[in-house]
Amino acid sequence: MPDRGLASSTAAVSPPQSDPVIELRGVEKHYQMGPTLVKALRRIDLKIFPGDYISILGPSGCGKSTMLNILGCLDQPSIGDYFLDGVDVSELPDDELSQVRGKKLGFIFQSYNLIQQLSVVENIEVPLYYQGMPEKESREIAAELAKKVGLGERLDHRPTELSGGQQQRVAIARALSNDPSVILADEATGNLDSKSGSDILEIFDELNEDGKTLIMITHDEGMADRTPRVIRLKDGEIAFDTYRDPPQ
Amino acid sequence: MNLSAIRELSLFRLKRAITLGIKSLWMHKLRSFLTALGIVFGVASVIAMLAIGEGASYEAQQQIKDLGSQNIILESVKPTNTTTAGEQERSLILEYGLTYRDIAQIQATVPGVEVTIPSRKVKDFLWNVSNSVDGVALGTVSWFPTMKNRELVRGRFFTEMEMKGRSPVCVLTESLARNLFPLDEPIGQTVRMKNSYFRVVGVIEDDSAIAAAAESELEGGGDSSEGMEMMIPISTLEDHFGEVLFKYRSGSFEAEKVEFHEVTARIEQPEQVMPAALAIQHILETNHDEVDYKMTVPLDLLQRAERTKQIFNIVLGSIAAISLLVGGIGIMNIMLATVTERTREIGIRRALGAKKKDIVFQFLIETVILSGAGGLLGVGVGIAIPLAVTHFADMVTVIQFWAPTIAFTISVMIGILFGIYPAVRAADMNPVEALRHE
Repeated sequence: MPDRGLASSTAAVSPPQSDPVIELRGVEKHYQMGPTLVKALRRIDLKIFPGDYISILGPSGCGKSTMLNILGCLDQPSIGDYFLDGVDVSELPDDELSQVRGKKLGFIFQSYNLIQQLSVVENIEVPLYYQGMPEKESREIAAELAKKVGLGERLDHRPTELSGGQQQRVAIARALSNDPSVILADEATGNLDSKSGSDILEIFDELNEDGKTLIMITHDEGMADRTPRVIRLKDGEIAFDTYRDPPQ
Repeated sequence: MNLSAIRELSLFRLKRAITLGIKSLWMHKLRSFLTALGIVFGVASVIAMLAIGEGASYEAQQQIKDLGSQNIILESVKPTNTTTAGEQERSLILEYGLTYRDIAQIQATVPGVEVTIPSRKVKDFLWNVSNSVDGVALGTVSWFPTMKNRELVRGRFFTEMEMKGRSPVCVLTESLARNLFPLDEPIGQTVRMKNSYFRVVGVIEDDSAIAAAAESELEGGGDSSEGMEMMIPISTLEDHFGEVLFKYRSGSFEAEKVEFHEVTARIEQPEQVMPAALAIQHILETNHDEVDYKMTVPLDLLQRAERTKQIFNIVLGSIAAISLLVGGIGIMNIMLATVTERTREIGIRRALGAKKKDIVFQFLIETVILSGAGGLLGVGVGIAIPLAVTHFADMVTVIQFWAPTIAFTISVMIGILFGIYPAVRAADMNPVEALRHE
């Protein structure tokens, strides 16, 4: 795999400023496909620190999606431990795992995944609703976030009345609503034209500047130049993990 | 967190879940409406059928009650039995029916018999000058209206004094009064039968009960003299028309002697009615060789009507249960399709922190809204139908307050029952796969 001019090519992670927000220890994910056991992830050891801005890159079939599912607590590792904010979530029961997703994680999907029957502001509110926040409060937060992503005028619009870029901005606002520890973006610009795509990426940059931890899962090599930390997966293993000097 | 805070929280969740459910259902208005329609028809038919059935049985019961639930009615019937016909033909005068002896025995031996109202009938034309009606002169006693639950429309009934004094006074039924005196006030006028004249002192309401009871017992109520009654003191009737009645019908001559055409016995205590009826039956069976009498026990009819109503209600209940079951299955079917269609939404919600029970709750609420709205609409339609029936078909309908309440409750319960499976299926989806669903 080409080096792409990164500052460091070592597989070790450099600046451990504080306790990691995410730590994977020896995580593996196995699937039984008929008679054969497929190891989608193997020997994953990974620490992600608060404020990290990471691209997880790799060709399709390298285990990116599995990685996303495990990091997003949508799935649990077959072997190994996953600590999120110091809590081992690798064997939590379903209800508590839902709780963790709702409290600590923000999701941004390739196809936006907005709920069609809800308005912009209601979509942004969904994570807060499941946290049991009263409507008055959550409505305020949602309106604030909509304004932040430039949709302050479209609070009552339906997803179908918005462009792709606008929908993705609603999704970003939604991912921010519960003030998560980590934001996971899965091919967030994959369905967008280059103009809207770069708008979205600019929002991500701003969020990281505000101190948010972002993990982008993508096959877009361009992302590697954008994020300070790049992780490359190959055949279910981490082939490359490094910080490069932030662009001046 | 104290209890009230939890309750507040769950109440707020319920409110938002309902709003959300309505929004989701509103996205597919037609589909939701068609789905709820099954319940609408189920609930509406339950309420409408119950109201119409209840109305019909109410009418029947009212008619029976009008006969007096403490009364036992005995009537003389011309025997159809031919075993003794030859004998009777020779004697020329046909003797049959209830006798003084019967009445005396009943009064003396049957416990609880309070009063009896004997009556005799003479059938002939009733005349007001040149205006005539084919009617009946009914000889009876002065306490007839009270015992028979019949009200006077105008004037008064004849008195005991007039009965003892054999006065030529009469009381007309409403329909007779209408026919004989279409224009004038009947009271004070004179009615003629054969060669006797009677002064009208009052008008009494028609006996709807007997007419209806006769009809329901298939006696063929096609007689034009039905209900055209002129009531006179029984003593007066004897004086004027004697004991033997002569009839000339289409060339043939007929003479019959009937001591009483009808006797009503009033029993003091309701619980004595059935034993008294058996005792009377026994007396009559002993005194009469052939069945030339008929006994009607309104209480017995009432009890039978109630049994019929019970059976009717069971049948209705089964039909209702089936139609609601079909409605419920329809709802479940659509909810299963909805769950599949909204797999992705379920995945999104799970990713954003929804627990399984949140998903169950969401879909269950949706089903209950669907069935509840159907139920509510059904209650509306179900109340409108009997009202329309009453308005247009002039039938009595009785909507009992519990019928809509129960029908609505059942529709909500159907929603819960048939909503559980689709909701649980939605919640059990794997979030990863649900998110990947197209």
